[in-house]
Amino acid sequence: MAHKSTLDRLRILADAAKYDASCASSGTSKRDSRGGKGIGSTEGMGICHAYAPDGRCISLLKLLLTNHCVFDCHYCVNRKSSNVERAKFTPQEVADLTLAFYKRNYIEGLFLSSGIIRSSDHTMEMLVETARILREEHDFRGYIHLKTIPEADPEIVHCAGLYADRVSINVELPTDAGLTRLAPDKNAGQIDNAMAGMKSAIVEAKDAKKRFRHAPKFAPAGQSTQMIVGADAASDADIVTRASSLYTRHRLRRVYYSAFSPIPDASAVLPLKRPPLIREHRLYQSDWLMRFYGFAPHEVAQAAGADGMLPLDIDPKLAWALKFRESFPVDVNRAPKETLLRVPGLGTRAVGQILMARRHRRLRLDDVAKLTVSVKKVQPFIVTADWRPVLLTDRADLKALIAPKAEQLELFAA
Amino acid sequence: MTALQHVRLGTYYVMPMATSDDFEEWRDHARRLLMADVPPDRVAWTEPGGSAGDLFSHGDRRLPVPDRDAPQPRVSKRFMDIAKTVLLNSDLERFSLLYRVLWRLQAKPRLIEDMADPDVRAMADMARAVRRDIHKMRAFVRFRVVEEEAEDGSRGEHYVAWFEPFHHILRHNAGFFTRRFANMRWSILTPRGSLHWDGETLREGPPATRADAPGGDPAEDLWRSYYASIFNPARLKVGAMLKEMPRKYWKNIPEAQLIPELIAGAQAREATMVEKGALDMGERPETLDAINKAIHACARCPIGELHNTAVMGEGPQDAVFMIVGEQPGDQEDLQGRPFVGPAGQLLDVHLAQAGIDRSAAYVTNAVKHFKHAQRGKRRLHQSPTAKEIDMCRWWVESERMIVQPKLVLAMGASAARGMLGRTVSITKARGAPIPLEDGSELWVTAHPSYLLRLDGAGREEQERLFREDLAAVAARLAQLQAA
Repeated sequence: MAHKSTLDRLRILADAAKYDASCASSGTSKRDSRGGKGIGSTEGMGICHAYAPDGRCISLLKLLLTNHCVFDCHYCVNRKSSNVERAKFTPQEVADLTLAFYKRNYIEGLFLSSGIIRSSDHTMEMLVETARILREEHDFRGYIHLKTIPEADPEIVHCAGLYADRVSINVELPTDAGLTRLAPDKNAGQIDNAMAGMKSAIVEAKDAKKRFRHAPKFAPAGQSTQMIVGADAASDADIVTRASSLYTRHRLRRVYYSAFSPIPDASAVLPLKRPPLIREHRLYQSDWLMRFYGFAPHEVAQAAGADGMLPLDIDPKLAWALKFRESFPVDVNRAPKETLLRVPGLGTRAVGQILMARRHRRLRLDDVAKLTVSVKKVQPFIVTADWRPVLLTDRADLKALIAPKAEQLELFAA
Repeated sequence: MTALQHVRLGTYYVMPMATSDDFEEWRDHARRLLMADVPPDRVAWTEPGGSAGDLFSHGDRRLPVPDRDAPQPRVSKRFMDIAKTVLLNSDLERFSLLYRVLWRLQAKPRLIEDMADPDVRAMADMARAVRRDIHKMRAFVRFRVVEEEAEDGSRGEHYVAWFEPFHHILRHNAGFFTRRFANMRWSILTPRGSLHWDGETLREGPPATRADAPGGDPAEDLWRSYYASIFNPARLKVGAMLKEMPRKYWKNIPEAQLIPELIAGAQAREATMVEKGALDMGERPETLDAINKAIHACARCPIGELHNTAVMGEGPQDAVFMIVGEQPGDQEDLQGRPFVGPAGQLLDVHLAQAGIDRSAAYVTNAVKHFKHAQRGKRRLHQSPTAKEIDMCRWWVESERMIVQPKLVLAMGASAARGMLGRTVSITKARGAPIPLEDGSELWVTAHPSYLLRLDGAGREEQERLFREDLAAVAARLAQLQAA
């Protein structure tokens, strides 16, 4: 086989990495390259250096070390039985590429994952080695996210946390049954154990840091995970419940959802109907409701229909409000913060501004309009100094009045 | 003079700003005006090089004289924080807006918290535009490297960027770039001025033009290739991209030139992906007849396109026991029935020995078509690939869902893969049941044609193991039927 050029390998291994949703580079410890020998800084807020036409941010150099894999997970483009073109990088090559891109200000750092070659331990060692070269040989102070392999020796996995800002282990599928079926080489218990191990290491390191200034940092940006949506039978309610248990049990920073997307050379074990992209969006919205709007997981599940699926045509917050109309309207001049956060159309920022502004004036509908994106959406659910929705909140066709209009079919399109 | 006197006397003040982004300068002027009690509508502010317009052409260019006993104006930290950012906005109105709010704050100190107030709102909007530009500069500056001789004669890399900010943010962002690239020699050139860092000190330079910046960098090819590869054509969301990376920034971003072709090619690429990828097998067939019809029409993998006929499983639809082989052979293909060739005959012998009634079992194959290579007049058996087995799994699984056996015997690695979706070692998997997700169990053994290929001691040993497996299955079947 002819040796592939760096350009070709970059193309293959970036292409293989695009199914990992995370590109976050925020929330790690603050540091910069002053006083060091290398380059790099992290200042809290992540930076998206580019956006691809799929609307996703490009913040990190997202690569697989190799897309060779001994595993045979059916949803994965890199599985053993797939015919995709294969390539691999050495840790040194990835480190060099990361530095070359970073110096030109293309990226915030590296997100490295890999197919399993030889063994889980060997692969994990290669991932850690890449991070080590960057940190120790080049004094790189940018962001590093390492995917860790739950099947690998915990000690090697632990090393990943010493070099990386963030570590992640993918739960892959929302249900254990789905995992057994679609990722026959993986084991739900093992994944859970690995996450639990990671959590205690992160907590311990934080604790040590409080007591000893020079205690080593361990994955200061925490751990995250990803699950594929629409590849198994899990309902939105199942997924939300699973996510919330991951947040609480393993203190994950983020759970990413990835709508199953057609992959080249897919397995036909499960002929998959592609889930609508909007489903993924609704799940992220419900994730936000739990993390920033004070919704409990069972409340998000209440917004779902009898089949456990969130409506696709309206967002989960509106769905919840339409189901629990007795909680509305809410008086924007009096209601406490938690109640305001429940109003469809009011985001956390608008709520903050309402709370501040109402100390100075009795808010009228006009004022609320200035603080929100769409007052029309908010109107049926609020009371202001000069507005009361009267019967609106009780109207049976309320959903039709405020839900975004479905696009007209292009009857007369050329 | 009081505010009223200013109005009565018709005095106007023109405040020429010497810099565009120096908050201290604005603050000194504003303090003076405030202490002289000059109302906001009596002041015109000018940018460096700009004029105050007709209205103020006769304005007084002397600074107002503060009242000697005027108190030092006080203002909240919140105002100061927002004002510092607003001042960097390139809107000509920013100086007067800030002064107007400052003026109003004297009477209503907490006005700045009232986001419903139009002035406060305007300030917030201006500040937001500046913060966004600051952020976008950090994101979209693209350095190009040039080999250069430094002043001390040593050769080294010099990273140079050309960027066009929309607001006066260059100086504000200097700290970010020195912190991030502390050990690099870099310059950022803009139409509003330039920054140069040599690893130790930061130097400000005059405005530059695009021609002053290098034209390219070989690493950009790698970066563009990365950009094109990381993009998933199956999820085109151009609006989301434009929101965060508006067209106005594109001209200085090397990868942005790819965007039109990526978008144009996306639908075609997705179609190919779907075509090559997940097959739409349609609804799951609900009867064995429907499966039989469908497999005859199936050409989803290359085997289906060979010269052969699909072979359907056979046996009672309510069988407790299901036997799965690899694929039809030459004889099976000709007769259209499973396990009728030499391997089938050997299987019959062993089933009879174990006391299993074949006619009560549902017998089928993991792959429905005979995969072979033509050698003269003979058709030579070829093993199906993992991918082909996986594709055919849809059919054998549909059969299993209809028949619902309690025990499945998979003979050979291909059959085992067809049941489990992964490759198992026969040696390791045989002899014990593997639970299936519907509650039934799977037993794995060798394929009888494997026995046919062996001879001597090897054959004897494998036949013994095969017998043992069948005996174990027979015993388990008896248990299941008794339960």
